[in-house]
Amino acid sequence: MADVKTAKKKSRDEQGNYIFNRRFEPFGYLIPFALGLIVFTIYPIVNVVIMAFKEKYRLSGRYDGFGLYNFEYVLANDDFRNALSNTFLYVFTVVPIATVLAILIANLLNQKIRGMAIFQTAYFLPMVTSSIAVGLSWRYIFNTQVGVLNWILSVFGINAVDWLGASGARAPWNIVAVIIFGIWNMLPFTIILLLSGLQNIDPMYYTAARVDGAGSRMMFFRITVPLLAPTIFLTMIINMISAFKVYNEIIPFWSGRPGAMNNVYTMVYFIKEQFYSKDRLGFAAAAAIILFLIIFAFTMLQRFVQRRFRY
Amino acid sequence: MRADRIRHFFVYFFLIFGAVIMLFPFYWMISSSFKTAAEYNSFPPTWVPSNWLNLDNFVRAFEKRNFFVYFLNSVIVTFCSVALTGIVTILGAFAFSRLRFPFRNAVFGLLLAFMMVPFEMLVITNYQTVTRMKMVNSLPVLIIPFISSIFYTYILKNFFDTIPDSLYYSARIDGASNWKYLWRVMVPIAKPSLVTIMLLNAISSWNSFMWPTLVITSNRYRTVQLGLFTFMSEAGSDTKLQLAASTVSILPMIVLFLFARRYIVNGVARGGLKG
Repeated sequence: MADVKTAKKKSRDEQGNYIFNRRFEPFGYLIPFALGLIVFTIYPIVNVVIMAFKEKYRLSGRYDGFGLYNFEYVLANDDFRNALSNTFLYVFTVVPIATVLAILIANLLNQKIRGMAIFQTAYFLPMVTSSIAVGLSWRYIFNTQVGVLNWILSVFGINAVDWLGASGARAPWNIVAVIIFGIWNMLPFTIILLLSGLQNIDPMYYTAARVDGAGSRMMFFRITVPLLAPTIFLTMIINMISAFKVYNEIIPFWSGRPGAMNNVYTMVYFIKEQFYSKDRLGFAAAAAIILFLIIFAFTMLQRFVQRRFRY
Repeated sequence: MRADRIRHFFVYFFLIFGAVIMLFPFYWMISSSFKTAAEYNSFPPTWVPSNWLNLDNFVRAFEKRNFFVYFLNSVIVTFCSVALTGIVTILGAFAFSRLRFPFRNAVFGLLLAFMMVPFEMLVITNYQTVTRMKMVNSLPVLIIPFISSIFYTYILKNFFDTIPDSLYYSARIDGASNWKYLWRVMVPIAKPSLVTIMLLNAISSWNSFMWPTLVITSNRYRTVQLGLFTFMSEAGSDTKLQLAASTVSILPMIVLFLFARRYIVNGVARGGLKG
C-alpha cells in the first residue's frame, strides 16, 4: 500500500515537473540571449531616444524637460552639415559606381572559365580584410609625392594630385580618395550578391533567345538586366544602408582625423566625436536618430521592393 | 569558332585586369613591407623590392609596439566571441524555432525590427553602460556586448525551421529531452549554417575597430586593429613599419578566406555581413 502511495505521489511530482518544464523551459534557453539583448540593444534604443529629446541648459548643467533643442543644434552645426553632405555624396557615388562595376564583373564570373577559384579569391578578398590595415596601403598609393596613383597619372601627362593633402580651398580630393577606397571595399559583397542573382536566372531564357538569333549584347540588355533588376535594386539598398554608416574608411588616411582640413566628417564620425571626445550625449543622440531615420527610410523601401517583386 | 575565341580572350583580359586592380593594394602592402627606405620613397615606385628576405621592417615594428600582445588579445577575443556567441545563438534560435511560449512570433518579429537599428546608435549608451560596470580596459568588454546577435539568431532559426518536425517528435517519443535533441540532432544537422555564422563572426570580431577604440585605452588590452591605429597615429612613425604590421594583421583573415571561401561566400550571399 505504502509503495503504491509513494509511486502515485512520485508520478504526480513528475507530472508537476513536466508541466513546470513545459512552461518555463523555453525561458531557460532564452535567458542568456535575452539578457545581452536587453542590456546592449533594447535599453540603448530607449535611452538614445530619451537622450535626444532631453534638453540641458549648458550653463546650469541641469536637465530641464524635453524638446527639440538637440536636433536644432545638430542641424545648424557646421560639422554636422559637412558630415551630412559628405555622407550623401559618398553613398550616392560609391553605391552606383560599385553596382555598375559589380554587374560587369559578375557577368564575367558567371561564365565557364578556368581558374574560377583564383578569380573569386582576387575579387572577394577585400571583404575579409580590415579597412584599417588595407587603408594604410591605399594611403601609400594615394601619396602625393611617391604614390602609385600619381605615377600612373604622370604617365598620361597629368599633374600630381594632392589626394590626401590640404591643398585647394577645402581639399576636394580628400573625399574623392575615400570614395575610390569605398568602391573597392564594397565591390566583393556586391559581386557576390549579384552573382548569386545571376545564377538564379533560368538558362532556358538564354537558350530560347539564342534560337531566335539574339546576340550576346542583346541578351545582356533584354534578359540579364531585367531579370536581375530586383537583385540589383536590393543590393543597392543594402549597400546604401551600410554606406550611410561610413566611418572605418576615413580612419587610416589621416590617422583618425576627418580629412586634412577636418573636411571629411561623416555622420558616424560626428556622432562618435560628439559623445566620446566632446561628451555631448544629447547632440550625439540626436545625430544618431537622424542617421537612423535615413536608414529606416531605406529599409522600408527595401521591404516594399521585396514585396513588390515577391523576392 | 573564331568569334568565340575572341570573346574568350576579352573575358579573360577584363577578368585579369580587374583582378590585378583588386589585388594590387594587397600586393603593395606586402611588397612594401620588404622595402628599404630608398625603395619606399622612390619615384617612379619600386615595383618589386630588391630583397624579399629583408625582415627589417617587421622586426622594428614588433620592437616598437607590442604586437605580440595585440595579436594574443585579438585571438582570445575572436575565439571567445565565436564560442560564446555560438552557444547563445544556438539556444536562442532553438527556443524561437521549436519551443512554445506566449507571443513567440510577435517577439521575434520585434527583434527583426531592431535589426535595423545601427550599432552606431547603440554605442552611445553602451559606452556609458560598460563604463558604469567598470568593464572598460578588459578583454570581456570586447566580447560581451556582442554575444546576443539578432542577425545570427535569425539565420540559424531559419535553418532550424527547415528541419522536419517528425524528427523532433520521434526523438521525444524515444525519451530524448529538448536539451539532448538540440545538441544530438539539430546542431549536427545545422552544421553548415553554424560554420557560416561562426566564420562571419570571426571576421567581424577580428576586424572590429570602432568599439575597441572607445573602450580600450590601456596598452595591455589593445587588439591588432587598435594597435595598428595607435601605431599610425604616433608622430613621426615610419609608414614602412606600419605596412609590415598591417601585413601580419591581415594574414589570419587571408588564410581563413583561402580555406573557407565557399562557406564565407555562401554565407554572405544568403545574409550579408553584419553591420
